[in-house]
Amino acid sequence: MTLRVKDLKVYYQTLRGDVHALDGVTFDLEDGEIMGLAGESGCGKSTLGKSLIRLDSRMRHVGGSIELDGKDVPIADDDAMVPLRYHEISLIPQYAMSALNPTRKIGRLVTELLRARGVRPGDIEDELKRRLELVGLSTDVLNRFPIELSGGMKQRVVMVISTLLNPSLLIADEVTSALDVSTQRSVAESLVEFRDREYVRSMVFVTHDISLVYQMADTIMVMYAGRIAEKAPVKTIIDAPRHPYTQMLISALPEVGSTSTEERLEGIPGKPPGLLNPPTGCRFKDRCPMAFDKCAEQPPLLEIEPGHWAACWKTGE
Amino acid sequence: MTNVAGAPGADKAEPTVGGERRFAETLHFARRNPKLLIGLGIVLGFFLLGLIGPLFVDHDPNEYVGPQSQPPNGEFWLGTTSFGQDIWAQFVYGVRSTFLIGFFGGGVAFLVGTAVGFVAGYKGGWVDDVLNMLTNVVLVLPAMVVLIVAIAYLDARGVLIQGIFIGLTTWPWAARAVRSQTLSLATRDYVDLARLSGRRTWRIITSELAPNMSSYLVMTSILLFGGAVLTAAGLDFIGLGPTNGVSLGLMLENAVQWSALQLGLWWWFIPPGLGITVIVSSLYILNVGLDEVFNPKLREL
Amino acid sequence: MWRYIGRKSVIYMLTFVIAVTINWMIPRFMPGDPVRSMLSRASVSDPAALERMNNYYNEIFGLDTPLYEQYLSFWAGLFRGDLGVSIMLYPKPVTDVIMGAIPYTLALLLPAILLSWIVGNRFGAFAARSKILDNSILPVGYILTATPYMWLALLLAWSVGIVAGLLPASGGYSFSLRPDFSWVFISDLILHWILPFLSMFLVALGGWAIGMRNMIIYELEADYSNYLQALGAPRRLIRRYAFRNAMLPQITGLAVQLGTIIAGSLLTEIVFNYPGLGSLILDSINNNDFFLLQGIFLFVVVGVLIANFIIDIVYVLIDPRTRVQMTGGAA
Repeated sequence: MTLRVKDLKVYYQTLRGDVHALDGVTFDLEDGEIMGLAGESGCGKSTLGKSLIRLDSRMRHVGGSIELDGKDVPIADDDAMVPLRYHEISLIPQYAMSALNPTRKIGRLVTELLRARGVRPGDIEDELKRRLELVGLSTDVLNRFPIELSGGMKQRVVMVISTLLNPSLLIADEVTSALDVSTQRSVAESLVEFRDREYVRSMVFVTHDISLVYQMADTIMVMYAGRIAEKAPVKTIIDAPRHPYTQMLISALPEVGSTSTEERLEGIPGKPPGLLNPPTGCRFKDRCPMAFDKCAEQPPLLEIEPGHWAACWKTGE
Repeated sequence: MTNVAGAPGADKAEPTVGGERRFAETLHFARRNPKLLIGLGIVLGFFLLGLIGPLFVDHDPNEYVGPQSQPPNGEFWLGTTSFGQDIWAQFVYGVRSTFLIGFFGGGVAFLVGTAVGFVAGYKGGWVDDVLNMLTNVVLVLPAMVVLIVAIAYLDARGVLIQGIFIGLTTWPWAARAVRSQTLSLATRDYVDLARLSGRRTWRIITSELAPNMSSYLVMTSILLFGGAVLTAAGLDFIGLGPTNGVSLGLMLENAVQWSALQLGLWWWFIPPGLGITVIVSSLYILNVGLDEVFNPKLREL
Repeated sequence: MWRYIGRKSVIYMLTFVIAVTINWMIPRFMPGDPVRSMLSRASVSDPAALERMNNYYNEIFGLDTPLYEQYLSFWAGLFRGDLGVSIMLYPKPVTDVIMGAIPYTLALLLPAILLSWIVGNRFGAFAARSKILDNSILPVGYILTATPYMWLALLLAWSVGIVAGLLPASGGYSFSLRPDFSWVFISDLILHWILPFLSMFLVALGGWAIGMRNMIIYELEADYSNYLQALGAPRRLIRRYAFRNAMLPQITGLAVQLGTIIAGSLLTEIVFNYPGLGSLILDSINNNDFFLLQGIFLFVVVGVLIANFIIDIVYVLIDPRTRVQMTGGAA
């Protein structure tokens, strides 16, 4: 078992109170698993991605624990997290296009970063070049400034840099949203290849594009309003979702492989609840066609069949 | 100051906030920002001093009313000049003219700068090219030296003329800043919509663009105000101030011309310079406060 | 890259032409007869000299020829290096008078600009995002940058120069000395230089420190900083990158602030009676010596343009982005 997240609660501090962006999130991630993390914007999926590596100044760890390879991940303690970052947990950020210092040549940037993390750049140089070639870049990019590269090239450079130390866990945060469809596919394929070659052990792939996840991920976890709605192998989620929200999400997709869920989701009537003072009970109940009395109570996340988890009173029946 | 308020995306997790909410939130931060409160308090204090102070002076500030070269005392709060002029009277009138020139010079610069910036950024194309060229040319010209030459030829000078001249030479950086802000706003949907619906350019600028960068415009005008005050003080000091007027810069000029330094009349040259410094630095600090209030990224948690 | 420099050059040429045109226009389009008002206000007592000067200036202005001819002959004179003759130091050519003052102004200006820029950037970078320093350096910086140049000069001249008597507070060198290359004269020169330099340095320092502090905060919020932080890079590395990237706008800032600092040096010179262009401006205004005033104007403009050009080249050499764009190496 690589990653084990238990009842994680992370709130954003705002003037009007805490925004419960993650309100009791529990899941496991197996060795070698690529998990797609999907949901509407504001459901907490990006917050979860960030929480696993670095809380920003407005985020506060309220409760719950994270274990990676049996060791505790002290996300509330920024300094204690440093040794884990990059070595054990790494990130391909949403903003990969601007993630590289514009005034450093890429080679020098990598060298300085590695040295700062206690790795001798010389030891890893060949590997770096091999991986650049693997993603279809010439090693010449090391002598270039970021401005000299196209968006797709920058994306792939960041991908290689982020995984260079073979982390146990890679968080890929909306990595494809800024790319055109064909580049999206090749980036996704590269990530799968990285997993197959064990450059990364397991991966959380945050996205709002279920059709893309469908092609690359092993499992999909759907979040709704700061909580997990359902987690299951990809085929199960697509073919036999149990949570009403997932069902609506999937049926809103016209056919796999054509469009993003973002606009489709607006087809579901109603809006997700605000997370400042989240309602009690099931958070989907106001939009749920199957809601009944019991939904006033919060449904637990249960394993309804091996590897298939859902949080809905109806699925237990 | 290129890092400007209103940058979106800082608080993704928050549910959308309506205009009223945002206003309340801004006010909340404003009331708790010491920089803003202190800066604003001092500026307002001096403003009132300039507004009301002269009403309590019953003689012309340049009149010889007292004994010569008196240090500050009960009758003449800031002492007298070597001619027996009341320095307190000159000071309060000087504060008044400092605000006048700030409003006026800063105001002209603001109008020219924002007009050029909006039009250049919104229209684009050759209009942008020409205005940009003009901005760059005026930016490179050393404003003060142009002012010295231009004003030196005027026989009678007043605050009005000085303000116009200062305004006409100090606007370029504001134009640049407004232009780049406009460029980033001009592609937004609501501006596009307004454009498609056939609204006139100036209507779009005043009803769509300006309100969306109002905080930025406020800060720009404050900086222009401070700049105009400093420039005017420099001109006055060289002897190009308002003829027969009173200003803090002119007080400094007189003090130097009549050897206040050598005679040790510190009360003659310290108050006017201190007045300018305190007013302008309070404005700047007020501006930092505003920046922190408007820009969530800069808020300290 | 050459396009960038070329475009800049066009702007500078244009600025020069406009400056010369302003210079030509002002005496002609301001109300009144420039020659008469100039001579009547200038205190020339000898009638023969007055007559001579009257003829000379009438000829120079050429007020009876068509405007475009006046304009062209103005340019022709300029290219011959002829800026006219000073009134207050008649018959000394304006160019000679200015050349005598320029070394003093440069000796103040260049060290004050460069050192305040370097030191200010250090201070600002230091202050950014460290609460205690930020709360102390920032207000000091704002107060310094809000201080009128002449006022700080007055304070220093009075406190250090007159009350404490530590350093000379007036002139470029002692009255008793004649300029030569002796050790005595040079040390005297330096002593007279310290206070005006210090006062300019301090005012300019505040602005740079604040600018740097704001730029650094902006850079520390940038995506590349966040990425490095997520990968656990130490603060030191991130700040080093931020500092370097924040330097670039500060170099541009140098060009933008040049005019203000030059104005400051003129005012400072006046306070210290320092024999540079500033004192010359004051004298020429008091004596209605407009030829001298306009000559100084042109010299300052040319100086600013040259400095801008140098700054542009430095910027291109330092910022890889402009360098890349100019070699056209973009993929």
